[in-house]
Amino acid sequence: MNTLRTEEMTLNMGPQHPSTHGVLRFIVRADGEVMREAVPDVGYLHRSIEKIAEKVGYHGFMPYTDRVDYVCAMFTNQGWGMACEKLAGIEVPRRGEYCRVIAAEFNRIASHLLSVGTMAMDIGAMTPFTHAIREREMINDLIEELCGARLTFNYMRIGGVGFDLPPGWREKALAYLDHFDPILEEYNALISYNKIYIERLANVGVIAADDAVNYNLVGPNLRACGVKWDIRKDIPYSVYPDFEFEVPIGSGQWGTLGDAMDRYMVRIREMAESSKILRQALKQLPPGSVLAKVPRNFKPPAGECQIRVESARGDMGWYVVSDGTAFPWRVHVRTGSFAAMGITQKLSRGLMIADLVTLIASLDVIAPEIDR
Amino acid sequence: MEALAIYQRLAEQFGDRILETVSKKPDPFCVVDPAAIVEVAQYLHDDPELAMDCLSNQSGVDYKDRIEVVYHLFSYSHRHGAVLKVKLPRENPAVRTVESVWKSANWMEREIFDLLGVTFDGHSDLRRILLPEDWVGYPLRKDFVEPLEYHGISTVRESPILRLDPKAK
Repeated sequence: MNTLRTEEMTLNMGPQHPSTHGVLRFIVRADGEVMREAVPDVGYLHRSIEKIAEKVGYHGFMPYTDRVDYVCAMFTNQGWGMACEKLAGIEVPRRGEYCRVIAAEFNRIASHLLSVGTMAMDIGAMTPFTHAIREREMINDLIEELCGARLTFNYMRIGGVGFDLPPGWREKALAYLDHFDPILEEYNALISYNKIYIERLANVGVIAADDAVNYNLVGPNLRACGVKWDIRKDIPYSVYPDFEFEVPIGSGQWGTLGDAMDRYMVRIREMAESSKILRQALKQLPPGSVLAKVPRNFKPPAGECQIRVESARGDMGWYVVSDGTAFPWRVHVRTGSFAAMGITQKLSRGLMIADLVTLIASLDVIAPEIDR
Repeated sequence: MEALAIYQRLAEQFGDRILETVSKKPDPFCVVDPAAIVEVAQYLHDDPELAMDCLSNQSGVDYKDRIEVVYHLFSYSHRHGAVLKVKLPRENPAVRTVESVWKSANWMEREIFDLLGVTFDGHSDLRRILLPEDWVGYPLRKDFVEPLEYHGISTVRESPILRLDPKAK
């Protein structure tokens, strides 16, 4: 065997690869099927959203925030709204906060469904994707009734939300949840406990907890490493203290703690928790207005603040600097996918090329969120 | 620990290398001597009572007369945070990298280098991240002017609405 000559290959993967969820590119150095390293090359979806914020003013920037992460646009809406409210000291009416939580948690389920569905598809199981998308479509229908859009919602405003729940919507939402909970069981029976699926995911892309913190991984990726941390629970914002829910963390029961299977299962369990939150929120919905009085010519006092929102891809940080005019001086979004992409180069060393697809899918990276 | 108490502690530890503490709400911050940023970062990371194990956000701001690099730190074990800033000149801004303390700084510093032109000395892989490698200028600087074309692709176009409006002709 010692005489066998091997050679290092350089391969290009992406930016138009079906498993890269948008446009991502990897330059893979591989020896046979084992990667020496995969160097990520991002920026294909850079739309200079942070620069646009400096030109369009506070209210005008809200629709642009949808484009930061169009798979879970409610959270980017909420993050921007909360940052502006913190700067100007605005209090959102309680019903407005409830509407935000309801919209956001539905969006979390939709986002996780897309994530687990595409993950199964990337690995080679086509059917679960259609099941996931079928359920996601119903959530899109619900949200469409709420705000008229199915993807880039522009539902929230500085000081609350744009529209109250339409008549009869609450009952429809509860009916959907009654339909959804058994579906999750069906989905698990279909794919989650499938032996082949587990073997493809277990022990792949293992992340140690201290590495995850050091690389600033957030959300489900962090929790899968066994770190019990959820902004909704640990630095509560909005009306989350009103609800009882669990924070699922990785267990390592299928392989090693912090592997791709743990990340997948954390998302599955989070959907059930979101469903719990939604039931409580829909039940406890208080009366009142949904939008605080905010001047059309919104000028927060000079200053700066950072807020953190638990989006579907984890802790999303908005850093906003105001100079007292109608235009923000600087806006910066630190997103979960950006941090997750930063660790792929390290994780790729010694991995099989086929497992790179598993790794990207399990980290649930969304290209627009990396590039902004 | 409250943010202001953390800054107080830093001032005791590092003396005049902590240049200023601003207690302005909502987020107070402290300004650190750029030459001392790595030592301050390492201290914040290692001290068991502070234990800032996460660099949650790092970004840059152009204030026309200076460029600031902002570090948002967070401790998972103590659930407290701190905001550090370094002020750099606009001409050739440079500061040492904190990559040795927090790995997440690698990509965030590349982004600041890419969009604001701050050089991070000692960085392992300092190259443009979001923009093409041959891009000229730093878009998040306030005096950045977008070039009219990039590799022969125009970045401006006539508004099609003007073409429809007879009065505009």
